[in-house]
Amino acid sequence: MAFPIPDEFKVEAQTTRPTGSLLAYVPYLLAGAFFGIVAIRSEIASWYRIYEMFRFESFHMYGVIGSAVLTAALSLWLLRRLGVKSRDGEPLRIRPSDPGRYRYILGGVVFGLGWGLVGACPGPIYALLGSGYAGALLILLGALLGTYAYGLVQHRLPH
Amino acid sequence: MEWLTQPWPWYVAGPLIGLTVPLLLLIGNRRFGISSSLRHLCAALGSRQPFFQYNWRAESWNLAFVLGIVAGGFVAGALWANPNPVSLNPQTALALAQVGVSADSGFLPQELFSWQAVLSLPGALFLLLGGFLIGFGARWAAGCTSGHSITGLAALQLPSLLATLGFFVGGLISAHLLLPWLLSWR
Repeated sequence: MAFPIPDEFKVEAQTTRPTGSLLAYVPYLLAGAFFGIVAIRSEIASWYRIYEMFRFESFHMYGVIGSAVLTAALSLWLLRRLGVKSRDGEPLRIRPSDPGRYRYILGGVVFGLGWGLVGACPGPIYALLGSGYAGALLILLGALLGTYAYGLVQHRLPH
Repeated sequence: MEWLTQPWPWYVAGPLIGLTVPLLLLIGNRRFGISSSLRHLCAALGSRQPFFQYNWRAESWNLAFVLGIVAGGFVAGALWANPNPVSLNPQTALALAQVGVSADSGFLPQELFSWQAVLSLPGALFLLLGGFLIGFGARWAAGCTSGHSITGLAALQLPSLLATLGFFVGGLISAHLLLPWLLSWR
């Protein structure tokens, strides 16, 4: 593999992981690389495309999201119908979200405010980082600070 | 080989993105979602807050996945970079000109993402603020566009519909009100 692998993965692979091998990460790395390539080639990682979407001046983003949801839903339905199991032999399962209303609406709006400003959601942030855009590093830093800040104040927020 | 550097239409890109959901389920019964990686990174960096006290190593597949996204971004955005600027609706380009953002500077607008912008105080604060809202909102909403708007909607989960509506309302407020206001300060 040509991908760099941080040390913490190595330690973990030797000690706590039942599969016992760094190789267990390879499928996830490849799946991520696949997603990263599509995010750039489809231009969903472009600030311009997000701005255009929020101005309702292009169908592109709506087409991408709509057909992605449809493809995911159809493939879930098909895999379940065929009784396909995951590699570890378990039935396929999409873990449900916690109950609640406020957190999804209010948290969603806060997320959207950021998305509409810098034009990148978390996946594209990583893809832009790989493409070499300095700005993506600052967005990632901001996102880590925001995540940490949520951890500090979560008990005071409605969920 | 032109398809390597040219943009892919929505009906190619969308289904490929959708296939990430069954792909991660087949690999290890994992729910496709990207913003959790930000929490795992905070936990891995050693935060002592209770919210970050959990076994992040059990979720390290997610960190391998986002590392892969960085690698994919390098391949598609640096090795096979599209030499042409993003082709925009002329109306969008006109609206951008009015707020002082060029429509032909490549994949991202120079005024917001170049080194010059990153190294200026207003430019850096703009990107940090956007990132902060994304990180804070994603954890509050327990997911981002991948976990809610793709995975959750495909699994017909109501919380994901609420979150997706929230994402959109926030984005509309930013693109139409907040962004022009912030850009007018430069």
